Amino acid sequence: MTASPHVHDLGMPDVTTISGAIDASVAASGPKQTELKAKDLKTDQEVRWCPGCGDYVILNAVQSFLPSLGIAREDMVIVSGIGCSSRFPYYMNTYGMHSIHGRAPAIATGLAASRPDLSVWVVTGDGDALSIGGNHLIHTLRRNVNLTILLFNNRIYGLTKGQYSPTSEVGKVTKSTPMGSLDHPFNPVSLALGADATFVGRAMDSDRKGLTDVLRQAAEHQGTSLVEIYQNCNIFNDGAFELLKDPTTGPMWTIPLVHGEPLVFGPGGASCVVRDDFGGLRIAETNQVDASQIVVHDARREDPSYAFALSRLSSQDLRYTPMGVFRKVAKPSYDRMMADQLEDAAAQEPADLDALLAGNDSWTVTS
Amino acid sequence: MTGTNPGIIPAESGVATDMDRAAHSSAPGGLVKSVVELDRVVIRLAGDSGDGMQLTGGRFTSETATFGNDLSTLPNFPAEIRAPTGTLPGVSSFQLHFADHDIMTPGDAPDVLVVMNPAALKANLVDLPGGGLLIADSDEFTPRNLAKVGYAANPLEDGSLDRWQLVSVPLTSMTTDALADSGLGKKEAERSKNMFTLGLLSWMYHRPTEGTIRFLERQFRRKPQIAAANIAAFRAGFNYGETTEAFAVSYEVKPAPMAPGKYRHISGNQALAYGIVAAGQRSGLPVFLGAYPITPASDILHELSRHKSFGVRTFQAEDEIAGIGAALGASFGGALGVTTTSGPGVALKAETIGLAVMTELPLLIVDVQRGGPSTGLPTKTEQSDLLQALFGRNGEAPVPVIAPRSPADCFDATLEATRIALTYRTPVILLSDGYLANGAEPWSIPAVDELPDLRVEFATAPNGSAEDGTEGQFLPYLRDPETLARPWAVPGTAGLQHRIGGLEKADKTGNISYDSANHDFMTRTRQAKIDGIAASIPATEVDDPDGDATVAVIGWGSTYGPIGAACRRIRASGRSIAQVHLRHLNPLPADLGQILARYDRVVCPEMNLGQLALLLRAKYLIDVHSHTQVRGLPFRAAELAAVLQDVIDSTGPTPTAAPLEAASNGAVL
Ligand SMILES: Cc1ncc(C[n+]2csc(CCOP(=O)(O)OP(=O)(O)O)c2C)c(N)n1
Ligand code: SF4
Ligand SMILES: [Mg+2]
Repeated sequence: MTASPHVHDLGMPDVTTISGAIDASVAASGPKQTELKAKDLKTDQEVRWCPGCGDYVILNAVQSFLPSLGIAREDMVIVSGIGCSSRFPYYMNTYGMHSIHGRAPAIATGLAASRPDLSVWVVTGDGDALSIGGNHLIHTLRRNVNLTILLFNNRIYGLTKGQYSPTSEVGKVTKSTPMGSLDHPFNPVSLALGADATFVGRAMDSDRKGLTDVLRQAAEHQGTSLVEIYQNCNIFNDGAFELLKDPTTGPMWTIPLVHGEPLVFGPGGASCVVRDDFGGLRIAETNQVDASQIVVHDARREDPSYAFALSRLSSQDLRYTPMGVFRKVAKPSYDRMMADQLEDAAAQEPADLDALLAGNDSWTVTS
Repeated sequence: MTGTNPGIIPAESGVATDMDRAAHSSAPGGLVKSVVELDRVVIRLAGDSGDGMQLTGGRFTSETATFGNDLSTLPNFPAEIRAPTGTLPGVSSFQLHFADHDIMTPGDAPDVLVVMNPAALKANLVDLPGGGLLIADSDEFTPRNLAKVGYAANPLEDGSLDRWQLVSVPLTSMTTDALADSGLGKKEAERSKNMFTLGLLSWMYHRPTEGTIRFLERQFRRKPQIAAANIAAFRAGFNYGETTEAFAVSYEVKPAPMAPGKYRHISGNQALAYGIVAAGQRSGLPVFLGAYPITPASDILHELSRHKSFGVRTFQAEDEIAGIGAALGASFGGALGVTTTSGPGVALKAETIGLAVMTELPLLIVDVQRGGPSTGLPTKTEQSDLLQALFGRNGEAPVPVIAPRSPADCFDATLEATRIALTYRTPVILLSDGYLANGAEPWSIPAVDELPDLRVEFATAPNGSAEDGTEGQFLPYLRDPETLARPWAVPGTAGLQHRIGGLEKADKTGNISYDSANHDFMTRTRQAKIDGIAASIPATEVDDPDGDATVAVIGWGSTYGPIGAACRRIRASGRSIAQVHLRHLNPLPADLGQILARYDRVVCPEMNLGQLALLLRAKYLIDVHSHTQVRGLPFRAAELAAVLQDVIDSTGPTPTAAPLEAASNGAVL
């Protein structure tokens, strides 16, 4: 774990508080190999997504990017829920758990909180994370446990063959909604920011460069990172993100987020983001506003309202979709604080089990 | 003492007013007071939820324990934190049974009832046998308070309590008088009346007082004025007892003979929490508790949260599912994962327990049972989660189930549950209940180095070869031939990366498998692993001192005390009975079927509608006689004894046996 320049940014404590038994078996298994290639992260399991599924490109991107973190395979754990996307761990030669529907953030929380020495990842889908597992997601985000959540949003239930999901647009016609869905969708980025998530990003499955950039920042963030990845399900919701991928409409509708750069987008920088009269943001034509009015992106703002306003620029048809890192603020991570409390407690009062069992009110019977 | 008289029950049922050994002492002021020696006493303190009856009872228990009596307690309180003051739903009580000999229950009925208001009198008087001592705080018997519970006249004055020895004492005003100079307002001073009462009782029963004074100093460290007031009230109560003419007699209950050793008193939840800390220390694993608050299990979370110096991590999760999920995640990482809850929580955790069965990871699930179904009776006890624990999951998902038999036994049962979880790599359910959780008894403090060694070996190297013959593979589902446990390789261990999950596993490799033969094999293997645990549990103990019993009584969990007390009564009446008490409910002990088959009748008392009986009938084809009760309270020994006597007498009467009724005085056990 020392080979890479990125290591110091990963929020890995220098001194771990894991127990002797775990330490010993980790040490007994030999030295850590931290110089990896993408192929080192592949498994012998046949990848079983539908041909053309966006999950493939995400898997490739992750496998290509992870070695650059300089973390040994055995120190990475991927926990997933249930759904097409949640098959992900089987294809990664790391430790992994394909758990149950919606519960991955909870399981990963226990793992990350008790093993701050590991790099813990959650892979989840829009149904998994936002429907059945919505409660775990928001609580994990507010706690800021050190883990990275990859939310594969295909705006559909893939594995159960095409019902609408909590991110499907209103009126979506699916097997369970032949006359169109009625419920208003979640915007996962808004939801995460509402839970005070310390890191929130969004990326497109097919955009290797953009995805890798967001993933790197997410991995380096200490605390919970949520990355929403738009993922095409070519079987049940094909083309869901086409307007953002299309060479004509894509640049018109996508707002690239670069920290410290003005929010100007569209062909020839024709559009921009300015403040509206109510403390929110709106889209304007660049040539209609003064340059000083254009918002300069600041992912580090403590107050999440700015990032939230950014997330509200999008409508259900994805018009004006900010892509990149919305928010990245430093806050102590839950696992670290928990480890600190344990250390403080041990320093104050040494662990003496005999004394604990005897308590304050014991008496002795002689013969 | 009457114990030698055949047909009359000795020991636990001894008559509570033994005047033969009365002694006399002289109190200050020349008052001559007599001291009466008793072999046992049952006291019940009852008051409003805000009166601090649980605290008072707890302190009296501590004093009694320190004094060296054997004891057993029964706290009984409403689910509401503060029901309207002075009403029947707001009544909270604490019963303590202490004796100069070994006892098994908190007592069927009190000998002494202390009531702090009319509601407490109304709610508890039915349980006080005629002739019993009744102490009432006369200050609280105001027209308003009387009206609240429907008394037309003041029962302390209208003669309606003549059947009892009524002592009406102005506890509240004596407390405020004693605290006149404390600087506290009247309302605040009144709150110390429970300590005044405790002082009075401490005098009456010759309890040591230093512990309570130290406790009050500790408790109100940051509020010295309150500490001083409580101590003053406590002393005033004690002195009042010594000087008043209202109480001419004080009582002595000698210490009970106990095996040499160091003792303390302990409640079930505390013992269980200590068991978890000890399990962590003895296994060398960090403990991770994931829990969501629920009565009556929350105290385990509270207690464990205080022991961070032992490397115990406690996580108050967003819900029950997250609590167990986090615990399972921690287990995957090599921790001793624990989740604590009550019945409704177990229902929510079911899917994750199934995942733990499939992933074959150690996990301890504690169910402190309460009255059900649904929210049921949160503060009352019941044993109705047995079948949920055994079968409440989808698929064939066998889980070992362990039940402690007494508050102190919660400690050992926790260590046993952990042993099974770690050795066999399986979730284990520990079934405590509300009575064990809050009840207390003396505990012989074990020496830590004599506790079971729970160390585990993590996998550190590859253990096999791939199907194509490639050596140096890690097969996460290659089993130990003896225990059928799979290897536990923790993340961070180089070369052993593997993936587990809820989908069916291929034998050995653990890869996803939809193969039908494999599923059949794996289902049977998981079952065989749990069944195999029976080989590691001791032979069933049968308690049949006479050796000629034709009727056996079998129970599990917290009914041990009442059943045991009932058996003593049966034996004292000249009859024989065999008692079997189960700690392991899954798997059942290997010898159990044979043992039960030896008896003409098998009686199974349970605080549910016959769940163990159903199991025994199904498993051993034995016509078990099920005796059930779901009143939210433990069985009364006298009632159980009557049931057992009926079964015995109808099975084949023992001519020399005396009728049991002769021994019942209504105020026993
Ligand atoms: C308790 C439970 N309920 C329902 C299901 C069925 N189920 C499996 S995956 C899924 C939805 C998955 O949707 P999503 O999370 O969006 O994943 P995707 O397949 O689209 O990647 C459902 C409803 C289940 N596995 N478990
Ligand atoms: S159903 Fe959709 S999401 Fe699932 S594997 Fe096929 S294409 Fe991918
Ligand atoms: Mg989906």
